[in-house]
This record gives sequence, structure tokens and C-alpha cells, in this order.
Amino acid sequence: MESKKTRKELIVSALENGTVIDHIPSKNVFQVIKILGLDSFDNQILFGTNLDSRRYGKKGIIKVKNKFFEKEEINKIAIAAPSATLIVIRDFEIIEKKAVEVPEVVDKFIKCINPNCVTNHENIPTRFSVIDKDAIKLQCHYCEKTTSKENFIFI
Amino acid sequence: MKNRSLVSINDYSKEEYLKILDIAEEFEKNPKQKILENYVVATLFFEPSTRTRLSFESAVNQLGGKVIGFTDAASSSVKKGESLKDTIKTVANYSDLIVMRHPLEGSARFASEVSAVPIINAGDGANQHPTQCLLDLYSIRKTQGKLDNLHIAFVGDLKYGRTVHSNVIALANFNCTFHFVSPYELKLPSAVKRHIKEKNLEYHQYTDLNEVIPFVDILYMTRIQRERFSDPVEYERVKNAYILNGNMLGNCKPNMKVLHPLPRVNEINENVDDMKEAYYFQQARNGVYVRQALMASILGIK
Repeated sequence: MESKKTRKELIVSALENGTVIDHIPSKNVFQVIKILGLDSFDNQILFGTNLDSRRYGKKGIIKVKNKFFEKEEINKIAIAAPSATLIVIRDFEIIEKKAVEVPEVVDKFIKCINPNCVTNHENIPTRFSVIDKDAIKLQCHYCEKTTSKENFIFI
Repeated sequence: MKNRSLVSINDYSKEEYLKILDIAEEFEKNPKQKILENYVVATLFFEPSTRTRLSFESAVNQLGGKVIGFTDAASSSVKKGESLKDTIKTVANYSDLIVMRHPLEGSARFASEVSAVPIINAGDGANQHPTQCLLDLYSIRKTQGKLDNLHIAFVGDLKYGRTVHSNVIALANFNCTFHFVSPYELKLPSAVKRHIKEKNLEYHQYTDLNEVIPFVDILYMTRIQRERFSDPVEYERVKNAYILNGNMLGNCKPNMKVLHPLPRVNEINENVDDMKEAYYFQQARNGVYVRQALMASILGIK
């Protein structure tokens, strides 16, 4: 156990400047990479899934060099992986460590489940209010229908 | 309410829609006032709805206003592929107010965000039809003398019926007791019941129409559509259970009125039409006064 822990910290501290997204549910790692557009990002990125976690059993982690996420990007992470923790690192030091927060409003990046919603037919960015922060239920600002977590399609 | 769009019944407060009902009373006494002479109202019907369109156009014409618009999308530039945004922004240049009916849910909300003039939603898919709700409230208040503390039954398709949903949400502000009569498959959705529970009001559910007739003040009938049933046998089984016949009204309360958003198919037998309980044609007439009141308020004339 001891050697494993040391090795893990070594990898984290290997990041001189950047952000670690920790405690991502393993199955959501690739989704988080995709919605943040990290798959076409030029900076160094390390990621892992199915890592041992004391809190969750298994977890995923993404480390991005020289990247500090903006509010809108953090909102995306919170919707895809509400359990995630953001660790901001500068000069090998942890500057900030915080749990992501589910926002009140979700703009542009989730598709409305209602096939008859105007946002699925016209060129209109989607917009939802979060009506249940625990179960993550979104109410469409336009058609007023509810889209739940299990039906999220990221756009 | 000046310059404010009406997209959803929740856009206006209880006080605001009571104000509209008061103004509608004035128009009922005097529906032909030339107060819209200098105004152009656009009626954009991206899907046909003759009844609603004629009601709005009659309301405008009786007040001396001008109407422009189209009666279905096939006769408009939508057919050429114009976006909803462009249609609305263009027509807003030609009119003081836009009344729109559109098959897509959320279309009226979007239009209200891009339009330079106010929008009245005359139905956006299965979502909202707030002027129907206002005219129903007007009809209930007019026949009962009040909106508070009434026993109101909704009958038929309570699952998909948007008028039922808006009415329940609006009436939950008035301490009403709700009686829901429907086949099990077409029960009121829990998202709508939530509004009743939030106000700690009572509601009861039934499958037998006869049960509620003796004690309700309003019997709001709706049509059960065949296409709502995945099993056609199920439809055949329930379709006759929610038809109102004149002989069922023998023991109703003296103040009881039957309402229906129309069009009716067969859910109210024609033998009810001449009974004192029948109010659905007057209800449609009230729609003109309520729409006059709404347009006059939004245009800042009343």
C-alpha cells in the first residue's frame, strides 16, 4: 500500500502547472474528456480510469498541463461528473482543491430529450434550469419538459 | 403587462390574470370599441387552428385593428426554409403584436426572445395555450361568481391535455378542490399534481364519471383521442365511459356548468346542448373578450 500511495502522489506532483480532475466516476472519464474538448487539446494530458479509490471503490482522474478551467467548463464537469474534485496546481503546489458544484442553469451543452422541442429543429442553443441538483434533473427553458441524467446527450 | 409577452400561464401572476379577467368583463359589455384602429396584429399560424385564429381575428376586428398573417406554414416562407427566428424578426417589423401557433414546443418562448414586439402564444405543440386557460378562468368565474373554494372536475384525457394542465396550475392559486376522472392510462401526470401538493390542496381521482356529478361546481370535459392508446382494445373499452349524456345530469348542483375547450367529437351528447348546464358555446364566446382584454393590456391601451 505504501509504495502505491507514493507512486500516485508522484504522478500528481509531476504536474508543474495545471489542473487535476479527480474522483470522476470511471465510466464518465471519456465523456468528460469529450465535453471539455480535451481530445483535440494540444497540451500534455494524462488520464486514468478504474483506479482504486478509498471513497468510491473505483475512480477516474484527468490531469491537464497548463490548463485552468473556466466557470462554463467547470459547469460541464459538474453535470457529467457531479462527484468530481478539481485540484489546481501552480509550481508543483496545490493552490486550490474543491468539489465541483452543480449550477442553477445549464446552457448549450445538453440536448433536450423532447423530439418536438424547438431546440431540436431550429438553430437555438439549449438552456435548462436545474430543478433537482441531487438527481440532476433539467427543465428545458423552451419546451418546459424535463431531461434526466440517464438521458443526457452532450452536444 | 404593457409590452410583455404571454407564452406560459406562469408568466403572469395571479393578480395579473385577474386584472385581465376584469378588463374582459368590460369588453363583454361593450365588445365593439375602436381602440385598436392604429394597430396591426399579426396572426402567424404555422399549423392550422381555425377556431383559435378566428377568435383572435374577431377580437382584433371588433376593436377596429388590422390583421395580417398566414393560416398555415405551407403558405408562408417557412416552406422555403426560412428559420423561425427570421420569420419572427421580419414580421415584428410589420406589426405591433404577434399571435402565434406553432407545432413545436418552446417555439413561442424562443420567438418572445428574438421579437421586437410582444408575442402571444396561441399554442406551442403540446406545451402551452395560455389564452385558453384565461378564457376558462373567465368562464368559471362568470358562472360561479368566484374562483375560490370551488369543486372542479376534469374529465377525459388528463395525461396529454395541455388545457387541463394549465387550468390545474392556475386554479391551484384559488384553493379549489380537484376531482380527476380518467381511464387509468390517461391519469394526470405527477409533474402537474406537484402544483396541487405544493399548495396543500385536495385532489381525488376516479374512473367513473357518474361519481363526481352530484357535488362538483364545474365539469370540464375533454376529448379522449384514439391515438393516445398503444392498445386499440383498451381504447374501445374506455371510450364510452367518458361520454356525458343529458340523463346523467339529473342530480347535479343547481349552479353546475359543463365546460369543454372544443372541438367536441362525441364526448358530450348533443342532448346536453340545450340544458341549462351546458356552457361550452358561451365559453368559446368568452374567448373573444378575454383576447381583447389581453391584447389591449399588452398594447398598453387598457
